[in-house]
Amino acid sequence: MEENRKQIVERIANREALIGIGLALFNFIWWFGFAYGLGSKDPSEYTYILGFPAWFFYSCVLGFIVMVVILIIVIKKFFVDVPLDEEEKRES
Amino acid sequence: MNWEAIIPLLLFLMIISIVGVWASKYVRTTDSFLQEYFLGGRSLGGFVLAMTMVTTYGSASSFLSGPGAAYNEGLGWVLLSMAQLVTGYFTLMILGKKFAVVTRQYKAVTIVDYLKERYQSKWVVIISAISILLFLFSAMSAQWIGGGRLIQSLTGLSYFSSLLIFSISILIYVIIGGYRSIALTDAIQGIIMVFGTLVLLIGVIVAGGGVPQIISDMAGENPNLITPFGAEGTLTPAFVSSFWVLVGVGVVALPQIAIRTMSYKNSRAMHRGIIISTVVVGFIMLNMHLIGALSRPVLPGIEIGDTVMPLVAQEVLPNWLTGIVLAAPMAAIMTTVNSLLLLVSSTIVKDVYLNYIEPTAAENKVRKISMGITTLLGIIVILLSLQPPDLIIWLNLFSMGGLEATFLWPIVLGLYWKTGNKYGAIASMATGVGSYIVFESFYPQPFGMHSVVTSILISLLGYVLVSLVTKGKIKTI
Repeated sequence: MEENRKQIVERIANREALIGIGLALFNFIWWFGFAYGLGSKDPSEYTYILGFPAWFFYSCVLGFIVMVVILIIVIKKFFVDVPLDEEEKRES
Repeated sequence: MNWEAIIPLLLFLMIISIVGVWASKYVRTTDSFLQEYFLGGRSLGGFVLAMTMVTTYGSASSFLSGPGAAYNEGLGWVLLSMAQLVTGYFTLMILGKKFAVVTRQYKAVTIVDYLKERYQSKWVVIISAISILLFLFSAMSAQWIGGGRLIQSLTGLSYFSSLLIFSISILIYVIIGGYRSIALTDAIQGIIMVFGTLVLLIGVIVAGGGVPQIISDMAGENPNLITPFGAEGTLTPAFVSSFWVLVGVGVVALPQIAIRTMSYKNSRAMHRGIIISTVVVGFIMLNMHLIGALSRPVLPGIEIGDTVMPLVAQEVLPNWLTGIVLAAPMAAIMTTVNSLLLLVSSTIVKDVYLNYIEPTAAENKVRKISMGITTLLGIIVILLSLQPPDLIIWLNLFSMGGLEATFLWPIVLGLYWKTGNKYGAIASMATGVGSYIVFESFYPQPFGMHSVVTSILISLLGYVLVSLVTKGKIKTI
């Protein structure tokens, strides 16, 4: 019984750590892709959104908002509430 | 003296001290002193957890030198600073529930406690304790000096009195209140940092005539300022990306941050903490560095980067508001040094004294020693700040990368890779920190990247290879 609980927590924790790595990779690709994809041309050819160069807006401003929205969804859907120690288990 | 700006600042310092002292009642009444004093009784909720993580990480560099660099380099530096968004969720997710469960099992109070139990090795403990003492103590001293200087520049008092005001308003509550006082005051100061940066950003944009106007002024002065490549075109994608390691994912390994992932109450607190800390760290970093970059057309010709934020605040805001906004960098420094002070103290008390000098000390004695050591460290820091030795300044340069190269793999792989053992951990620590200092001194930016990247790869290799080779020597636990 005790071993079983440990294994379940371990599986959940491992999966959540992998999600963290996935999110960081996605975050990096978004940030890098927009910054250097749109920002590498000559500044005279830049387009602007809300006054900022498009590369900056997509990479830094929108990228921030997108990450927060994804995080909220991921945590609501995939993160599991588990007891962290014995006492908490007995209480609940 | 500028009283309209000084009064809000002094008020701020007083409120922080009062809250910190109030929170110390938990330390007075607890029956488990070490857990309470060094870890807040593992009872932090999501909001306080998030705030203390973000503010401990965000230091003088993000509030003074960061905006200064953005002022000189333009939007490219704001891009670089946004590599820090990942710290908001990565640390809590990677160490995550596993770390919380394991450290509870081990009854670990410090990161070194965890390493000691995981690797069962005296040498791992000694190397970790030494690197914490050297790197964090010097980082703390450098920030402490920054705090004194900031009060000096805001109030016009002498450096000595400024340093005393700064030290006293931190030391009292850290000494008697420990971790919980730090976390609660961090939360209040985090709120100030969020609003301070927002107000100042709006002030700068209004003073500059709106974002489109400011951006076209920047492009008019130097088109490179609105590209991702920096004023001289020197910020290459490889170099900027390598900051994802130094100030991004590598932050997992900073003991002052990792310790916080041991201190939350339950997994709901951790879930909320992840979202809140990502929002807060992204918001503060984006605002702060945008303030720096956009200030250039508003207030041209600033020579010393660190003064950009105070000068711009005085330029674009009414006097009374300046005092409140400049409480933000003050808060950034205070929230970092308070945690560093307690962490250094915990290393001496828990990892050195209770491990090797007097393991059976009674609760009351531990209490006296903990507070005594914290006080003593505070006094040493004040003395060092009066005349900082070169060694401190030198060590501080290596502090962040050095700690990451030392602790990253022993902490993370120790958690997830069963084959990892003490020989691997020692090899990883030695090669990581050794190669980092060598690279930084003789060959900075190997492959166009910050040298922390190479050192972390070398220490990974050290950990994995040595663990595999010595596999047969260790009984698995």
